[in-house]
Amino acid sequence: MSSIATQEAHDSTNGSGLPESEEEKIYVASHRQLMWWRFRKHKVAVGSTAVVLLLYLVALACEFLAPYDQSAYDAKYIYAPPQRVRFFSADGFHLRPFVYALEGERDPETLVMLYEEDRQTIYPIHFFVRGSPYSFWGLFDTDLHLFGIREEEGTMFLLGSDRNGRDLLTRILYGTRISMSIGLVGVILSLVLGVLIGGVSGYYGGPIDDVIQRIIEFLRSIPSIPLWLTLSAALPSDWSALRIYLGITVILSFIGWTGLARVVRGRFLALREEEFIMAARFAGVSEIRIILRHMVPSFLSHIIASLTLAIPNMILSETALSFLGLGLRPPIVSWGVLLKEAQNVQAVALAPWLFLPGVFVVIAVLAFNFVGDGLRDAADPYAN
Amino acid sequence: MLKFILRRLLITIPMLFGISIVTFVLIQLPPGDFLTSYIAELESTGHVLDDAEIASLRNRYGLDSPLYAQFLKWFWNMIQGDFGVSFQWNKPVNELIWERLALTFIISLATLIFTWVVALPIGVYSATHQYAVSDYVITFFGFLGRGIPDFMLALILMWIGLIYLGTSAGGLFSLEYKQAPWSFAKVWDLLKHLWVPIIVLGTSNTAGLIRIMRNNLLDELHKPYVETARSKGLTEQRILWKYPVRIALNPFVSTVGWVLPTLISGATIVSVVLSLPTTGPLLLSALLSQDMYLAGSFVMILSTLTILGTLVSDILLAWIDPRIRME
Repeated sequence: MSSIATQEAHDSTNGSGLPESEEEKIYVASHRQLMWWRFRKHKVAVGSTAVVLLLYLVALACEFLAPYDQSAYDAKYIYAPPQRVRFFSADGFHLRPFVYALEGERDPETLVMLYEEDRQTIYPIHFFVRGSPYSFWGLFDTDLHLFGIREEEGTMFLLGSDRNGRDLLTRILYGTRISMSIGLVGVILSLVLGVLIGGVSGYYGGPIDDVIQRIIEFLRSIPSIPLWLTLSAALPSDWSALRIYLGITVILSFIGWTGLARVVRGRFLALREEEFIMAARFAGVSEIRIILRHMVPSFLSHIIASLTLAIPNMILSETALSFLGLGLRPPIVSWGVLLKEAQNVQAVALAPWLFLPGVFVVIAVLAFNFVGDGLRDAADPYAN
Repeated sequence: MLKFILRRLLITIPMLFGISIVTFVLIQLPPGDFLTSYIAELESTGHVLDDAEIASLRNRYGLDSPLYAQFLKWFWNMIQGDFGVSFQWNKPVNELIWERLALTFIISLATLIFTWVVALPIGVYSATHQYAVSDYVITFFGFLGRGIPDFMLALILMWIGLIYLGTSAGGLFSLEYKQAPWSFAKVWDLLKHLWVPIIVLGTSNTAGLIRIMRNNLLDELHKPYVETARSKGLTEQRILWKYPVRIALNPFVSTVGWVLPTLISGATIVSVVLSLPTTGPLLLSALLSQDMYLAGSFVMILSTLTILGTLVSDILLAWIDPRIRME
């Protein structure tokens, strides 16, 4: 839809022209303002930005948002199906939503757990309930959760439970923290490498540029997944969870920086020849000031756009590595670690909700892609 | 043209040498040397090697010599076609990998063809019907195809297969053909199983290519030469296929270079999920059990395939677009 709007707006400027005041507004608008106007036109990108922000909010406050603790389990509820949030019971409408109690029974022949709703017992869902204690970012200790049920014996598995009877919703929310941050940390690492090496390559040019470009081409010619697999297999198995996490981000950014270095280099090369850089040079501005004051601001937006487009690849790679058992390992919870549970088709046939972490992966990847698309368009507000 | 091909071939040689160094370093990265773990493993199964055997093994891999000498020895053996011995399987690597590599290559190639055959007409259709409902539907599915991880698509297909067809969609052969020697019946059986991995592997690339084709063609469609052709009275179909589509095809050719490596890479994960008898599962198990010669050979050969893929695409591109040769 947004592209139609863009097209129409574009046509109208070509035709009779904008009203005088509107046109003036465009002439005097700052670069940042033009970019914002441009970005706003891409409706899907704006919506996706909200989704990305929401996901990071979840990542920040997952302990509070999740109804349970990430490792809390209940052996009585293995592969319990998602419980529906209801407003209507046999007695009519309830203003406060509730879930029915779950009755589990093991099938004597197949030994599969079968669940049935107990329509007699209802557990109302309350906001701000006391539950498992946690330390919020080490700042303060609390046991407040956004929502949950008050009854100790009841369960609320809104997205079902896994093979240990752990609440999937809780684990997905905790996984959001790891999966969303691993992309961010990895991208920042590749950014530092990419800007440094790409900048050197583009600014000095000549033989240095040649050597760096050959190295980049070389790194890109190694098939990434076998390389990642080999590198992750080399991580010692006795490392702590945190070190493994850092190790994986380093491995992911090891390849990621080459793409960014190319973008930075291309921008440097293009800008070196621009008139305004030339003018600055003739005016006797120092090299470092030219780079920081004149060059960096004009390609910063491009860098941000490519960064945003690089994050989903990192998320996908982490998911794939963890899925294969070479990335993050339990007790760390990430979307990939959760999806590993779905590796067994028999288990999935029994509990299709094990796919749900994958839905989050798809949402995150798509949202980042759309935001990146919008940013890329906005980075060059003068193009039609 | 010949000069161009020769020059590209010459660049390939140092590249391959470089990759062999990287691969060798990767083999050496895990702590402990593989022979120690190999001997420990043998001893745990009750098979004790005597000193002479150990010495001959150490000698075979030159483990007592410095690293650079070990590398040269490994490299030299590899050039002669000896990839070493897999500890896990206790067989020469050569016996294990070639059939799997061939199957990997068949799957990748078939996926490439599938990608093109699907992406080209859909891309052209999408561009010529810009902003139509069908265009939006195609765009939507295109984005979805890019967002779903390959292995999840594989899982979903297998799950659907299990629920609705009652069979597992995994594998490349039916049970009765798994160990059978190659025959027409076996090839036919292979073709019947091939579609699942092809769809799984091809989806994201197809989605990407549709996007590229659409954007390129949209750029071309409004150029003056199209108008000229139209004013000369050519039919729309003829204009479309004779001029703009041909120009918009360039990226298809240039993507051979990166499609082949991503396919081979992607096949690694997907084949683990679908339990295909390709390189993926063997590479994974080799990595997990630190069977480093086997793993190293795979990485080396897959990298070589990747470089050859890039080479082929460069040559094709230079053949189609003479401007590139001149650079």
